[in-house]
Amino acid sequence: MSLEIIKPGVLTTIQDAGRYGYQKDGILVSGAMDTVALRIANLLVGNLKSDAALEATITGPQVKFASDQLIAVTGADMAPAVDGTPIKMWRPVFVKKGSTLKLGSATTGCRTYVAFSGSFAIPKVLGSYATYLRAAVGGYEGRALQAGDVIPCNEFPEKVLPLLEQLQASGNGHSFCETKWAVDPHVHPVYQENPEIQVLRGPEYDRLSELSKMYLWKEKFQVTAQSDRMGYQLLGVTLSLSHKTELISTAVTFGTVQVPPKGSLIILMADRQTTGGYPRVAQVITADLPLLAQVPPGKVIRFKEVSLEEAQMQYLKQEYHLEQCKQGLEFKFRA
Amino acid sequence: MRPFQLYPLGDTAIVLQFGEEIDDNIFPRIRAIAAYLDQHPFPGMMEYVPAYTTITIYYDPWVISEKGKYDPYAMAVAHMQELLPQAAQEKKQKARTIKIPVCYGGEYGPDLEFVADHNKLSPKQVIRLHSGADYIVHMIGFAPGFPYLGGLHKKLATPRKDMPQALIPAGSVGIAGNQTGIYPIETPGGWQLIGRTPLELFNPNRETPSLLRAGDIVRFEPISEKQFNALKEKQHES
Repeated sequence: MSLEIIKPGVLTTIQDAGRYGYQKDGILVSGAMDTVALRIANLLVGNLKSDAALEATITGPQVKFASDQLIAVTGADMAPAVDGTPIKMWRPVFVKKGSTLKLGSATTGCRTYVAFSGSFAIPKVLGSYATYLRAAVGGYEGRALQAGDVIPCNEFPEKVLPLLEQLQASGNGHSFCETKWAVDPHVHPVYQENPEIQVLRGPEYDRLSELSKMYLWKEKFQVTAQSDRMGYQLLGVTLSLSHKTELISTAVTFGTVQVPPKGSLIILMADRQTTGGYPRVAQVITADLPLLAQVPPGKVIRFKEVSLEEAQMQYLKQEYHLEQCKQGLEFKFRA
Repeated sequence: MRPFQLYPLGDTAIVLQFGEEIDDNIFPRIRAIAAYLDQHPFPGMMEYVPAYTTITIYYDPWVISEKGKYDPYAMAVAHMQELLPQAAQEKKQKARTIKIPVCYGGEYGPDLEFVADHNKLSPKQVIRLHSGADYIVHMIGFAPGFPYLGGLHKKLATPRKDMPQALIPAGSVGIAGNQTGIYPIETPGGWQLIGRTPLELFNPNRETPSLLRAGDIVRFEPISEKQFNALKEKQHES
């Protein structure tokens, strides 16, 4: 079983939930930018939450199937179509051997995930499938996918076979057949072009000048074209510190908002470095990282302060919903 | 026990901080906690990142809270308080010494003159001071295999660049504030570059991907451009 990349799109990589355990060696976590969309895509096709899927950026790829497949498309809407007919997102779709999935340009959000039942038959590097582009580690030869790449796939997990056979039968020879049901829309955030992002105060928040503290909460910041999987460079009012000090490098993480000396904010994303030396003035809460990951360059965000208790409550709530979603799907697969 | 601070880094990490300044006495303390965590990870612990004065421990709030039964951060604090006296019992580990050949200045160290001017030294004095000291690897971070070294001579301290440089070649040796380090892969960065080593600091296909690890002693050895090329070639063959 395999699939072939006909057109790669702007930036399509193989990603999973991230490469954990090697940050002490300076090895980045990488993984999906929108981990919730990735996880739901995997759940919908009976994969593990640690499995890999495709992450498409801005404009998606064209993928040809060398064998029958069960896929799910989640994340940004790139108007997915199989052999020219639109397919619905956030649900399992049976796709017939020889057909082609085409993703267009994102309308809402900017990153789309395509999971394949059984996932890819590729080796893990340092415990993960995630592609870390700058170090050429993991994924498909450590790089973004190109036209002509053939990605081998594993057999279907046994639990999806009843659903697969049902869809295959209902498909009646057509290129694809999708379920009538989709995942509960409450499980994933509603992507917004100009969202309000919830943050905690960062460890160095108090070093900001009083005026800069006010700007952080009141002003809008634009996600610039220089933003990528490593970090978002924000354009807006510049922030300054009450007194200038060189910081001793320490850990940074997904969603850390830093102030470099010039004062334009940076938010670290999936391919963030493990440590950094710029003041960490805010920290995006985990529950809002998918929302942030889906903000395309050119759009604006604003920050809203929440407490740690509130942030962790939202984390637990999101996790609870995803667990519920998984259990619900186990039931659907038996259908 | 040394005074310490506990504080959160976002909703998935807790930071243990010992003081505000680089201090050689903090280092064994952090290594001991790391060694203890290697042996006794707590439920929900993802990994830890040691740094100069901090060790940051990442956790999964869902697991640490037993699926929401307890407050995740309070649980993390409780684990830290339990671990600290235990970690103090850990044995000290012996350090390795690693020699790093460096071609200073010129094309390989474009900021050598700037570092010299900033500190009112000649480039030769900068090289002598930089290669004349033993450095301790306090942590690996920022990029795969990137060592943050303690022990930079005070006369060499130079501020970071205001904006990160787009791409810094692999092997570049730099200074930022009172820190010095080596870039293992081509990456953006804000350090002042004074030289380059032909050694591979990071290779994911090696059994140990990072050449250096926290706790190593590093010594820089000045080499000529000719020696640099010869070493580079030799490494390429193997």
